[in-house]
Amino acid sequence: MRRTVAALLAKDLALELRTRESVPAMVLFTVTTYVIFHFGLDRNSVDGDLAAGVLCVTLLFAAILGINRLFVAEHEQGGFDGFLLAPVDRTALFVAKAIGLFAFLCVVELVAVPAFAILLLGPSLTQALPGLVAVLLAANAGIAVVGTLVAALAIQTRARDLMVPLLALPLLVPVVLGASRATAPLFAAGGAGALAGNWMAMLALYDLLFALIAYAVFDFLLED
Amino acid sequence: MAFYAPTDADQGIIQKIFYVHVPMAIVALCGFIAGGIFAVMHLRTRDRRWDMRSYVTIHLSIVLAVGVLLTGSIWARASWGQWFVWDEPMLVVFLIVFLLYATYQPLRFSIEDPEKQSRYASVFAITAGAFVPLCFGAVRMAENLTHPQAGTMTTSGPSSVTITFLVSLVGMSLLFVTLCRYEMASKNATSKLRSLRRRLAGDDDFPLPAGRSAAPQL
Repeated sequence: MRRTVAALLAKDLALELRTRESVPAMVLFTVTTYVIFHFGLDRNSVDGDLAAGVLCVTLLFAAILGINRLFVAEHEQGGFDGFLLAPVDRTALFVAKAIGLFAFLCVVELVAVPAFAILLLGPSLTQALPGLVAVLLAANAGIAVVGTLVAALAIQTRARDLMVPLLALPLLVPVVLGASRATAPLFAAGGAGALAGNWMAMLALYDLLFALIAYAVFDFLLED
Repeated sequence: MAFYAPTDADQGIIQKIFYVHVPMAIVALCGFIAGGIFAVMHLRTRDRRWDMRSYVTIHLSIVLAVGVLLTGSIWARASWGQWFVWDEPMLVVFLIVFLLYATYQPLRFSIEDPEKQSRYASVFAITAGAFVPLCFGAVRMAENLTHPQAGTMTTSGPSSVTITFLVSLVGMSLLFVTLCRYEMASKNATSKLRSLRRRLAGDDDFPLPAGRSAAPQL
């Protein structure tokens, strides 16, 4: 199982490094969205819960772009058939894709968070950084798990690009809620407050529960 | 029946909508969870009848959920003065759950192959069915007490309120079960009729009936 996951993950990362399809688009999307928020809100800098909301919503919508592309190569190039022919555990595909999406989101945030600090964030980022990293890691895990499940569900439908946001956004509402409530005190105007522990616990519980559900049901999405 | 209970001193006659709104909400949520459980049974047994049960319960729960949102906003308008209150977690969660399940039918429609359609719909029903209790749990954390909880409202009031509430809850559940049975019977009859017609016509590629339906075919 571990070797299968490693092989699939290496394949996905090599594909992304060569085609540069998802991650650059997601990064560009986040920066553009900050500009949109600047004009939409008519604010030069944001702080507190507004800053947390802008960051979380931007990252969520950028993640939707990545989720849309997640299984496209498999679907179009017959990767599903090849994977099903191989005598390996099917859940390996889920684990590999979820880890891959998690890695993509982390790379996007490496650019998106500093860009946010430069373009929109009022208070200094350095104080908020340790707490923010913890929240974003938990949120990425939730998005990766739910996103992989939704991507696998939607890839076989006719209107794939439409189904992904329709399915993923309601399912990811708790992630946005938890992440933005947990980061809001970090971006407080008078200096970073403490990380909201109960919201972090909620995020962790969400990640765990959906990881278990997705692990249980993913097999059924792959048989033909 | 709702007129047996005393009229609320504070809210007057509008409080009677409580006996429709709350049982409807409880039955709709239980229907969503039941749909998820039937979907588990479908994936375990691969029996199309479980998929049919899952489809019918979710379908009727969506109808009830529309009713819940309508009666809820009428009640909110009358007692809080606004159609929708954002700082009220129960309302917001119910709206999210409704929006999630609203994609169930489009999902079924957009998969052509009937076997794959029922499998994917079951996976969706399980995920969404687990999402319902989780989401209500998450929202309980941001507890806000504007929304009257069913528990406090029935236990703190006179006993006639409790009785009326319980009777409406049982009534709503029975209505739900009856509607489910009717829809199931109608779906079965349609598919039987189709197979009889196909036998009469004597060829295998009998045209499917006009009009699109995402319902599972038995």
